[in-house]
Amino acid sequence: MSRPDRLEVALYHRLGDFTIDIAFRTDSGATALFGPSGSGKTTVLHAIAGLLRPERGRIVFDGRVMLDTASSVFVQPYRREVGYVFQDARLFPHLTVRQNLLFGRFFAHRQRRRNGGMTLENVVGLLGIDHILSRRPVNLSGGERQRVAIGRALLAEPCMLLMDEPLAALDAARKAEILPVLERLRDVSRVPILYVSHDVSEVSRIANNVIVMENGRAGERWQS
Amino acid sequence: MQADWLTSEEWTAVRLSLLVASTAVIASLPFGMLLAYLLARGRFYGKTLLDTVVHLPLILPPVVTGYLLLLSFGRKAPIGAFLADNFGIVFSFRWTGAALACAVMGFPFMVRAIRLSIEAVDRKLEAAALTLGASPPFVFIAVTLPLILPGIIAGMVLSFAKSMGEFGATITFVSNIPGETQTLPSAIYTFTQVPGGDAGAMRLTLISIAISMAALIGSEMLARFVGRHVSS
Repeated sequence: MSRPDRLEVALYHRLGDFTIDIAFRTDSGATALFGPSGSGKTTVLHAIAGLLRPERGRIVFDGRVMLDTASSVFVQPYRREVGYVFQDARLFPHLTVRQNLLFGRFFAHRQRRRNGGMTLENVVGLLGIDHILSRRPVNLSGGERQRVAIGRALLAEPCMLLMDEPLAALDAARKAEILPVLERLRDVSRVPILYVSHDVSEVSRIANNVIVMENGRAGERWQS
Repeated sequence: MQADWLTSEEWTAVRLSLLVASTAVIASLPFGMLLAYLLARGRFYGKTLLDTVVHLPLILPPVVTGYLLLLSFGRKAPIGAFLADNFGIVFSFRWTGAALACAVMGFPFMVRAIRLSIEAVDRKLEAAALTLGASPPFVFIAVTLPLILPGIIAGMVLSFAKSMGEFGATITFVSNIPGETQTLPSAIYTFTQVPGGDAGAMRLTLISIAISMAALIGSEMLARFVGRHVSS
C-alpha cells in the first residue's frame, strides 16, 4: 500500500542538448526541489502539472496515475487538480483580485469543497489581502501579486501545490513578508507542497524534505 | 425620421448601405475569428496558402473578386445554385449578395486585426487557467476572448469601414439596382454619371464621411473602454 499523499515521479525528457533524467518520491508536508538555475526544476513541475508531455515517464499521486508513457496515460492538466504558483504570478489582467481568486473555484472538486475546504475568507485572512480584493493586478505590488497567486491556487482546492520560485522576483523585504505566510500555509493546510527554489534560506525555512537537483538529475536528499 | 434634404432614393441608399455593412460584419465575424485563430495558433500543412487566399481580396482588383463571386455564387453557379436550392439563400442581384461581396472584401482586414491580437495573448496565462481546472473551451471564453476583445472590435470596425466604401466587387457581382443593391458608393457613382447629379453626389458624399467618422470615433471610444479593462 502506498502512503497517502505520496508523489512518485520518474521522468526522462530531452530539451536540446539538456537531458532531464530524474526519479524521486515525496510524502505529505513540504518538499523542496533545490538546485541552481537551469538544473531542470521548472521542467519537472511542468511535467507534474501536465503542461509538458515528457518523452518517457510516470507520475503517480496518491495512487492516481497522472502520467504513464509506457501505457499511454496522460491526464490533461485541467483534470489533475494540481495547484501551480508561477514565478511570475500570472494573474489574469482583465479580472479583479477577487475574480482571480475565485477563478478556479468554479471548476474545483465539489467533494473536497463540501468537506470543509478553503473558503475565500480563510484564504484572504491567511494571506492578508482583504484590502485589495477589488483592485486589478496592474495596481498591485509584486508581493501582493504573488500572495494573490497563492490564494488563487489554494481556492481551486488542489490535491497538491506546486510552487515555482514564488519569491524569486521579490526584494528582501517582500520575501520576509511572504515567508511566514508560506510557513503558515504549510502548517494550516493539509495540501502537500512541492517547492522549487535555488535559495538555501528559503528552503531551510519551508521544507521538511529537500531533493537536490543538478543538470537534470536528482542528487542527494536531506530530511529534517 | 426622414430628412427632407434627402430624396427617398438617397435615403434608401443610406439605409441599404448600413444594412449591408452590418450584415457583412456580423455574418463574417465567426469565420473571421476561426481563421484568425487557425492562422495565429494552428500548425498545419498549407497554412501559407490559406493565409494567401484570405489576403487575396486585398491584392486582386475588386472587379476580379466580384467576377469570381459571380462565377461561384451566381444563381446558376455551383455554390450559388446549391445554396438557393437547399437553403433558399439567393445572392445574385439581392442585397444579400452585396453583403457577401462586402464581407469578402473586408475579410482580410478583420482576420488580420484579430490574428494580431491572438498572437499578442500571453499563453502563460492560458496555461495558468488550465492548472486552475478550466478546460480548453473555458480557457478560451474566460481568458483568451476577453484579452482579444480590443482586436475583435478593431477587426469589426475595419471590416465595416471597408464595407461602407466597397464598390467594385459589389457592382460587378450584384449590379446597381436602386432599393436592392444600390449602396452609397453606387448611388454616388450613378449621380456622377447623369447631368445635374452633382448636388446629390455631394449630399451622399457628406453622409458617407459622417458615417465613417462616427464609426471610427465610436470604435475608438469602445476600444478605450475595453482597453481599460483588459490592460495588463
